[in-house]
Amino acid sequence: MKIGIAGSLESSDCLVRAEESDKLEIQIESSVFEFFGNQIRKVVLDTLEDQGIKTIKIHVNDKGALDYTIRSRLLTAIERMKRS
Amino acid sequence: MRRSLLFIPANRPGMMQNAEVFEADGIIFDLEDSVALNEKDAARTLLKHFLATFKFDFEVVIRINPIDHVNGLLDLETIISPAVDAIMLPKADPAMVRKLGELLEGFERARGIRKTIKIIPLIELAKSVLQMEEIAGLPRVDGMMLGAEDLSSDMEMERTKTGNEIFYPRARLAYIARAFGIDAIDTPFTDVLDEDGLCADARRAKGLGLTGKAAIHPNQIRYINEIFSPSKAQIEWALKVIAAAKEHSGAFSLDGKMIDTPIIARCEKILEKGRKWKLL
Repeated sequence: MKIGIAGSLESSDCLVRAEESDKLEIQIESSVFEFFGNQIRKVVLDTLEDQGIKTIKIHVNDKGALDYTIRSRLLTAIERMKRS
Repeated sequence: MRRSLLFIPANRPGMMQNAEVFEADGIIFDLEDSVALNEKDAARTLLKHFLATFKFDFEVVIRINPIDHVNGLLDLETIISPAVDAIMLPKADPAMVRKLGELLEGFERARGIRKTIKIIPLIELAKSVLQMEEIAGLPRVDGMMLGAEDLSSDMEMERTKTGNEIFYPRARLAYIARAFGIDAIDTPFTDVLDEDGLCADARRAKGLGLTGKAAIHPNQIRYINEIFSPSKAQIEWALKVIAAAKEHSGAFSLDGKMIDTPIIARCEKILEKGRKWKLL
């Protein structure tokens, strides 16, 4: 099973886990999920679309990360998953 | 002209996003020593997207990894963009500075970057101290910074708060930088809890002719900015001299002291700094 993890649980960051899968699964944990859950999901979906990825399992543990951080951590997690 | 440059690890989004509130003249986003080897990829990607997201009212400096290693080359390939003002090159020597200049030229051309990205070589090897004169004259170099921790290690010297062991490289840096019209940036003071020690260290560096100092903690910035800025009294004196100079040709006397061309030039420099840092 190929897995890649990137980021941290520090404030303003997020920890992203990417795992090879034959379907698309996105799980988001965030203390501000009620307000930003949809936006985090949108950043994840947009990034996956940019990368041409249709099936993958993504778990985001958000600690108040801005969009650019979520996108960056996701891209790194995907690269690490590919290299694993 | 830089008084203060603050190091921020390029893998810490919380600190990076707050960079502008620290009031440093420049921020050094660090991809080298403050980023673990297994996190270099994450830091590069984060920094690339950070630079593309925000606009900055401070100088954006990136400390890359050495370019004789794949990490340094990947750093450049990932982060070079119009947002980058200068690259800080660790363990610089003339050949590496030339190579970096060529690489930057290639990236600027390929990516349509219209400005010239500057180079700030880090002087942190005994050999580099001797090569400073050659380094200072290379294209794109508009400042050099002393890296005393690595230099002391290379010299097998103990680092002390008095800094006697770095008197020679500091003085050499100051004179060579002045001769080439570039910034002479002092090494950081590493005890972030010792404000008196920081101020004494910065004053020693300024007294030798260095023009600014790097910081490793935001709390150090206000002291460094104050010490490397012209004082209120200096600005008032400079304004008075320049006003009086307009009434005279050649040397003249002001408050019982002779004022001639070198003093007028010095006053103009004080006022230039005062205007740049909004102290007038």
